[in-house]
Amino acid sequence: MLALLFLLVATAPGAAREDPSNGLTNIFAPESTPAKSILDLSLFVLVITGIIFSVVFTLLVYSIVKFRGRAVDAGREPAQVYGSTQIELAWTIIPILIVVVLFLATARTIHAVQDAPQPATALEVTAIGHQFWWEFRYPRLGIVTANELHIPVSDAAHPTPTFLQLFSADTDHSFWIPQLAGKTDLIPNHPNRMWMDPHRTGIFLGQCAQYCGTQHAKMLLRVSVDGPEDFNAWVRSQQQPAVEDEKVIAGRRVFETTACINCHRIGGTVANGQFGPDLTHLMSRETIASGAAENTAGNLRLWIKKPEALKPGSLMPAMQLSDADLDSLVGYMESLQ
Amino acid sequence: MSSNVMTMPNVQMERRHWLSALHDWVTTLDHKRIGILYILYALLFLVVGGIEAVIIRIQLIRPHNSFVSPQVFNRMFTMHGTTMIFFVAIPILFGFANYLVPLMIGARDMAFPRLNAFGFWLTALSGFLLYFSLLGGSGLYGAGNAPDISWWAYAPLAMKAFSPGHSSDYWTLAVLLAGFGSVATAINLIATILCLRCPGMKLTRMPMLAWLNLTMAGMLLIVITPLSAAQIMLLIDRYLGGHFFDTQAGGSAVLWMHFFWIFGHPEVYVLIIPCFAFMSEIIPVFSRKPIFGYPVMVAATVCIAFVSLSVWAHHMFSVGMNSYANSFFAITTMAVGVPTGIKIFNWLGTMWGGRIQFKVPMLFSIAFLFQFLIAGLTGIMLAAAPFDWQLSYSYFVVAHFHYVIVGGILFALFAAFYYWYPKVTGKMLSETLGKWHFWLFVIGFHMTFDVMHIPGLLGMPRRIYTYEPGRGWDTLNLIITLGAFIQGMAVLVFVSNLILSYFNGARAGNDPWDAWTLEWSVSSPPPAYNFASIPVVASRRPLWDLKHPEDPDSRYE
Amino acid sequence: MNAMTTPFPGAAPTPFPGTWSLPYRGKVAMAGLIIAESAIFTIFVVAYLFYAGKSLSGPTPGEVLETPIFFTVCLLSSSLTIHFAVKSLARGKRRAFLSLWVATILLGGLFLFGTGREWHRLMSEHGLTISTNLFGTTYYSLVGLHAFHVTAGLVMLSVVAVFGFAGRVGTDQSRRTDVLAMYWHFVDAVWVVVFTVVYILGR
Repeated sequence: MLALLFLLVATAPGAAREDPSNGLTNIFAPESTPAKSILDLSLFVLVITGIIFSVVFTLLVYSIVKFRGRAVDAGREPAQVYGSTQIELAWTIIPILIVVVLFLATARTIHAVQDAPQPATALEVTAIGHQFWWEFRYPRLGIVTANELHIPVSDAAHPTPTFLQLFSADTDHSFWIPQLAGKTDLIPNHPNRMWMDPHRTGIFLGQCAQYCGTQHAKMLLRVSVDGPEDFNAWVRSQQQPAVEDEKVIAGRRVFETTACINCHRIGGTVANGQFGPDLTHLMSRETIASGAAENTAGNLRLWIKKPEALKPGSLMPAMQLSDADLDSLVGYMESLQ
Repeated sequence: MSSNVMTMPNVQMERRHWLSALHDWVTTLDHKRIGILYILYALLFLVVGGIEAVIIRIQLIRPHNSFVSPQVFNRMFTMHGTTMIFFVAIPILFGFANYLVPLMIGARDMAFPRLNAFGFWLTALSGFLLYFSLLGGSGLYGAGNAPDISWWAYAPLAMKAFSPGHSSDYWTLAVLLAGFGSVATAINLIATILCLRCPGMKLTRMPMLAWLNLTMAGMLLIVITPLSAAQIMLLIDRYLGGHFFDTQAGGSAVLWMHFFWIFGHPEVYVLIIPCFAFMSEIIPVFSRKPIFGYPVMVAATVCIAFVSLSVWAHHMFSVGMNSYANSFFAITTMAVGVPTGIKIFNWLGTMWGGRIQFKVPMLFSIAFLFQFLIAGLTGIMLAAAPFDWQLSYSYFVVAHFHYVIVGGILFALFAAFYYWYPKVTGKMLSETLGKWHFWLFVIGFHMTFDVMHIPGLLGMPRRIYTYEPGRGWDTLNLIITLGAFIQGMAVLVFVSNLILSYFNGARAGNDPWDAWTLEWSVSSPPPAYNFASIPVVASRRPLWDLKHPEDPDSRYE
Repeated sequence: MNAMTTPFPGAAPTPFPGTWSLPYRGKVAMAGLIIAESAIFTIFVVAYLFYAGKSLSGPTPGEVLETPIFFTVCLLSSSLTIHFAVKSLARGKRRAFLSLWVATILLGGLFLFGTGREWHRLMSEHGLTISTNLFGTTYYSLVGLHAFHVTAGLVMLSVVAVFGFAGRVGTDQSRRTDVLAMYWHFVDAVWVVVFTVVYILGR
């Protein structure tokens, strides 16, 4: 019989993969204070439960082997024992003590993570869950983007943690980047809050963790943790209105005269929709459709023409465009640096 | 065993027209027949729910698989969860309770035979109502489909705005009706146990099974009714334009979560407590010793029942409760572990110093102990709220509760099948097939559910119809799916054992296990009236007293 | 194993030493039903209190609700009449039983009439329906759930009354009418809670 614990222990070293910077979703490889505190508590709980498991497991195996029925005592019944108050007391009190210890450790971590004060240097971001994508707003910076969150790295000398306000526009969602923090739900009419302070730069992955409808599976999350300069550069570029390029004026006209503008916004144009992601700086993102596909011209074209092909059940309608219009529209999209 | 068993007029054996036999079954008020109906009904849905699980597992066998569409996948896990909880676990446990409780307390039937039949047919109707949604649940595009709101039916996903059509209504009505059926049966069990015990069977002399079913029934009364209330509210919202869970009009999505989990968590204990009951009957018989610490076992169960009523929000650690609420639900949840641990220790104490016979029921019981221990310990991990912030909604949780429900409840049920099948049918189940069933199921179970913890630790959320390659989940999911197939094979062995042994099994006699409770004093299968003369008992093990008149239990209790 | 041939030799000839009495199944079952119903009402009351004052639009309870003192007195006094009805039956006074029983039905019916009148007033004068706002939703649900239980009680009471007029309810039925009385007391007790929540706390 496979003991779960061995597997658990075997997983922990598995956290150290060759390329530690990108794409890990392992809770045993924390890169931020909340995730680290959680892991410390988790290891403590694992050790305690591991000890309990070993003791009871040993007793169980021992009694199975030792007290197995043998041919020699066929027909005779063993001594009939009805109970023992001392033993009962012992195995009541010891577990109670263990529970008290576990609880104290738990309560401490709950308090440390959940009630952490927000420093003045913190970055504030508002995350809004939609079926099936993420909207990120930086209220103090005037930035609106989607699906790929950019936050600054935070070091002990200059802590710049990110504090997220969590909202939902429709059903419940849950924000989960295992390496940075535990999950917190985005619930309509019930604002939530969470924070993280990544200790190194890189790409951190996660996804919506609360079932939110048909495409719950492809509501992926990317967090890009940038160094201070990179982050500031990103902020400056995002604050610009959309690039205006005469070469793609035909595509822009298609965009502005079709249903696109009902749902999407492009800064500096008439497109002011709120239902879908802001496309002002679409090309600054690595993925489209909330991480369902890489942001390439081919995928963009497919996504506009036939969203079902990339993400069946998504709320993006198939745009019935001629090939020429589609080409110019994709050209326009690709200009949105 | 003496062949000169009690000569009881057996149930009528002559060949009759099948319609009249069917009529007898449909109109029966006999607790044993209703019990069998419950069990057969649940086995049917076990197969249906199992097929749904296999579909889920095939879809997840590799990343970006397209065996089924996301819509179908979401319907599958919704139906799988709803079916397994409401139309497998509850009915099958009711079936055993119905069959065994009157026999074990020396009664001739349940307190309210008509209410009993009513409860069964209501449950039966609700199951078929749920599956009628496949035909009648016209969705957005006018085609029939099953609900896809997950078995939590979290608001606002379950509201008209996000779940148009009627499929969710079938879900709501089915669950509501099943709840009413459960309340009827729970009331009946309580009345039976409190009012129909045979002379001498004081509460302190009841078999553990009766005690634990009494606790379970008592819990059901206050556990399933909040769900019924919430379903009524959901119906008001969906049909009368109410705003209970309408977040646009100030309603609260979190309130639904509370209502659902006030039902949802104690429900797990409602399901596991009767399984504790099976363990508490089977382990002593095959260890040849009385249950260790009977009063403590009863007290621990009642304690679990009470404490489990205050743990529900540990399913909601990530919804943003304040740190005091999170701490409160962490400690209550951990506290449940204490009486649960006491139960495991007492079963150990029962085996300690015994002469353990490794018959198939005992094999399943020992596996139960191992698996329930692990399930309890992963439960402690999930109770540590910060750990849960990482683990909740992940495959770790899925693995944890399947450890409880499959590793605990289903294994206990298998043990119960092998133990009481001879009493119900008069035939022994095949030990050979039983061992095949056991080992296949153990291997399949551990392949699936041990491994399933790991994708959770690696960040894989539940309820996703597909996943990205390169996150370390691929091989694990493959193993999990293979394990599911092995479990499926084991269930086939089990079902064929049930069928083959019914026709070809060895005769069981009254008391094949040399056991001690009253059901083994009557013929197998028992006559319609159970006892020709109502027994009188003087201890917890009336048959032990009979078999060992020189050293009866009544001397020590 | 010879003992097995007649499993309980002592059972038939020698009765159980001492008395062996167990509670009446009807009472136990009704107590179970009451516990279950209490849980349902608790959930509705919690929802009512949780949403009190959270409606996004009017009308509010303070503006439109009037305390139904008279009908409350009716319902509560019906508890007294049914209590004495059952007592009379136990003592064999069947006429007194019947008149008190009918009085209970009338008082309960009067209460229902009061609920109906209030609902009519709220809908026609204030335009408050179940879909108007959170107050409407929770108010009609909670009061309606209670009114439904009163209605169910009245149906059962009436069935007994019909049998009573047919002369079929005698002293030997007093245990059964007692079970029904338990239900009726419960419905009254729930009204005390609903009244407190809706007309006192929720305003």
